[in-house]
Amino acid sequence: MSATTQAADARVMSGAEIVLQALKEQGVEVIFGYPGGAVLPLYDALFQQNAIRHILVRHEQAAVHAAEGYARSTGKVGVVLVTSGPGATNAVTGLVDALMDSIPVVCLTGQVPTHLIGNDAFQEADTTGITRPATKHNYLVKDIAKLAGTVHEAFYVARSGRPGPIVIDLPKDILIGKGAYSEAPQVPHRSYRPKTEPDMGAIRHAVRLLRAAERPVVYTGGGVINAGPEASRLLTEFVRMTGFPCTSTLMGLGACPSSDPQFLGMLGMHGTYEANLAMHGCDVMLNIGARFDDRVTGRLNAFAPDAKKIHADIDPSSINKNVAVDVAIVGDAARVLAALIECWKAEDAPRQDRAALARWWDRIEGWRGKDCLQYRQESRGVIKPQHAVKRLYEITQETGRDTFITTEVGQHQMWAAQYFGFEKPNRWMTSGGLGTMGYGLPAAMGVQIAHPDALVIDIAGEASILMNIQEMGTLAQYRLPVKVFILNNEYMGMVRQWQELLHGGRYSESYSAALPDFVKLADSFHATGLRAKTIDDLDRVIHEMLAIDGPVIADIAVAKDENCFPMIPSGAAHNEMILAPGQQGGVAGVTDEGKVLV
Amino acid sequence: MPEGTEIGQRSATIAVLVDNEAGILARVVGLFSGRGYNIESLTVAPVDEERRQSRVTIVTTGTAMVIEQIKAQLDRLVPVHRIADLSLDGPHLSREMMLIKVAGAGEERMEALRLAEAFRARVVDATTGSLVFEMTGAGEKLDAFIALMRPLGLKEICRTGVCAMARGPRGLQA
Ligand SMILES: Cc1cc2nc3c(=O)[nH]c(=O)nc-3n(C[C@H](O)[C@H](O)[C@H](O)COP(=O)(O)OP(=O)(O)OC[C@H]3O[C@@H](n4cnc5c(N)ncnc54)[C@H](O)[C@@H]3O)c2cc1C
Ligand SMILES: Cc1ncc(C[n+]2csc(CCOP(=O)(O)OP(=O)(O)O)c2C)c(N)n1
Ligand SMILES: [Mg+2]
Repeated sequence: MSATTQAADARVMSGAEIVLQALKEQGVEVIFGYPGGAVLPLYDALFQQNAIRHILVRHEQAAVHAAEGYARSTGKVGVVLVTSGPGATNAVTGLVDALMDSIPVVCLTGQVPTHLIGNDAFQEADTTGITRPATKHNYLVKDIAKLAGTVHEAFYVARSGRPGPIVIDLPKDILIGKGAYSEAPQVPHRSYRPKTEPDMGAIRHAVRLLRAAERPVVYTGGGVINAGPEASRLLTEFVRMTGFPCTSTLMGLGACPSSDPQFLGMLGMHGTYEANLAMHGCDVMLNIGARFDDRVTGRLNAFAPDAKKIHADIDPSSINKNVAVDVAIVGDAARVLAALIECWKAEDAPRQDRAALARWWDRIEGWRGKDCLQYRQESRGVIKPQHAVKRLYEITQETGRDTFITTEVGQHQMWAAQYFGFEKPNRWMTSGGLGTMGYGLPAAMGVQIAHPDALVIDIAGEASILMNIQEMGTLAQYRLPVKVFILNNEYMGMVRQWQELLHGGRYSESYSAALPDFVKLADSFHATGLRAKTIDDLDRVIHEMLAIDGPVIADIAVAKDENCFPMIPSGAAHNEMILAPGQQGGVAGVTDEGKVLV
Repeated sequence: MPEGTEIGQRSATIAVLVDNEAGILARVVGLFSGRGYNIESLTVAPVDEERRQSRVTIVTTGTAMVIEQIKAQLDRLVPVHRIADLSLDGPHLSREMMLIKVAGAGEERMEALRLAEAFRARVVDATTGSLVFEMTGAGEKLDAFIALMRPLGLKEICRTGVCAMARGPRGLQA
């Protein structure tokens, strides 16, 4: 214990000061927040210090998404501060988003004073009740003696095991009251101690299966990103060492470099033909840090029917949840990969049948040859959305700048996943599990705060962007040079696509009517607005956007009726993919059972 | 094990040792309702004042896969110290307590008293028109007694839910 912290220990502080001291000890540099009556003591304490920066958002939901962007792009815990009642309820969507995508966030919520709790006091809400299923864990602090310890514990729980959001509800009398500070404990937590080291017996079993495989596939997910950049490095090493094909979920993009010839692209509903057919045809599947989501497996009884399945995950509840597996490995992805590599290299490991693997690759190359992501961009006229993303990717690559992409939710999100390549982890921020429209702009804010010199682009849809458009004000206030790249198809395109394919083309309420003029809108928020109307404008607008050292909205008018392919319709199997018109794929009819799925 | 082949449901008695803190019961119950699991019986009471721990006993049914899920989901709750699947881990004791009130007269009252004796139910309250029995035992025994009391003027039943423990020397305490 250093002399200064010892002095701090002895000092009696207000609850608000205790909170800030604990945040500092946890290494917090920035908080995303919005003030109100119940948290005024905290804002007062923030005012009187310089160690922690506060970013004032325009809506509490955006504060959580910004913290998510910050966390996902740095590996640190994101921090949010909101007031009681409406402040807390506005944050709920963000909390569930972070829960579904395993993002570490600590959210401090104000609460009415303890003696008023339960009395329907002004701006009272049962925040711990409302957020219990929206968080990994939550706390209501009713005793100032427990305040510092609770904050420390919240950070520990947020980042340990499977990460997630934590709420600490802080009654105003606790923030005003006086108490002693205590440092983060050095002893293990009394009950929450997730297992990170894999069982070597399970690792050896897995390697035996993988060595005997003739048609292996590595299927990776967000857990590899959660496990830190070392896990991505080890994954790439493992994939190259084994010569196995590798595919990733939406959440895991960037862990295996997209340019690696062994990378098959994303799998799942809008995954590539080769990735999905490799999953369908494999005889041994190694899942690392992915959760067999329904968007990935398609119809469960037709999912990888011939495969022995190995699943490595830090959360035992992810294993055997949707898909029963043959080998379960509980542990951190980085530790699991290190153990697999070690075991693979061991002298006594059985030989791999390289000829069989070569035959498997021949089949995969055949599927690849279909070039399922091809599209036709005419040299005149309308911009294809796929082409807009592809050009954005190519031009940002030419700049050589470290580039971070966030997205909203819809077709543009899928096109971003398909046509933007990620070479490194933590560069791709998207709302996968909850699919929250309005995520991308505030998430980009959080990324830009964490990486002031990086290029941060929100690939957006014209409908989604309006859900948190007020955050343009935050960009202006903090001079955050985020680029909003809108693929404007004048439709809630993803909804329109389902209506076309599943509901007889009855486009019920999916047209984006009465859109704002995005160029003027940018202007009124002190940003630059640009517009591309035809293919002739596209490259110029992208170059201009990247050259501007400030926030930009680029409104890219794209084909209105373009659909996102490949697509495995709900309730269909991997080998029943629909490809773009003109390409032959499996034929998929959507059954009535399929229609009830989302 | 391929999906869809597990039509077999099993019953499981799960013991959970938790921190005795505000909201813990809501967390456990919310987990069951939020994820659509069955609760057949749930009991909770503090068992360790010093460590502030309570023990929750849950009886549930589901496929083997669902019961494994339930255990994994319970185990990842932050205030949960230990869980045990008593039905899987070997022989265990399972007891319930019940208070049951009957208000029969004449021959009915005599018959209730005779049956109570056979079932080792104790009379804990008696008026000229009513009897309250206290009874402890396995759930089926309580069910059987209730069935017998029904025609004899059954008025009211209160059951504690299952309280269970593994046989033998092994303990659950953290
Ligand atoms: C419109 C739309 C379309 C979509 N289409 C697709 C699609 O085509 N394909 C697709 O893949 N997804 C798609 N998604 C996303 C999908 O809904 C899921 O969010 C996603 O597939 C889940 O990714 P994941 O399995 O990697 O799990 P995540 O949600 O990232 O979960 C991570 C898993 O890793 C585990 N984990 C966490 N930390 C660690 C660690 N340190 N070590 C080991 N394990 C760890 C966790 O316990 C968890 O099981 C779509 C989403 C939307 C909104
Ligand atoms: C908050 C929220 N509400 C509704 C939806 C359902 N939804 C998914 S995609 C989508 C349309 C998105 O439209 P747009 O942002 O224009 O993207 P596009 O699909 O056109 O690229 C809708 C309404 C959602 N995902 N999130
Ligand atoms: Mg749109």
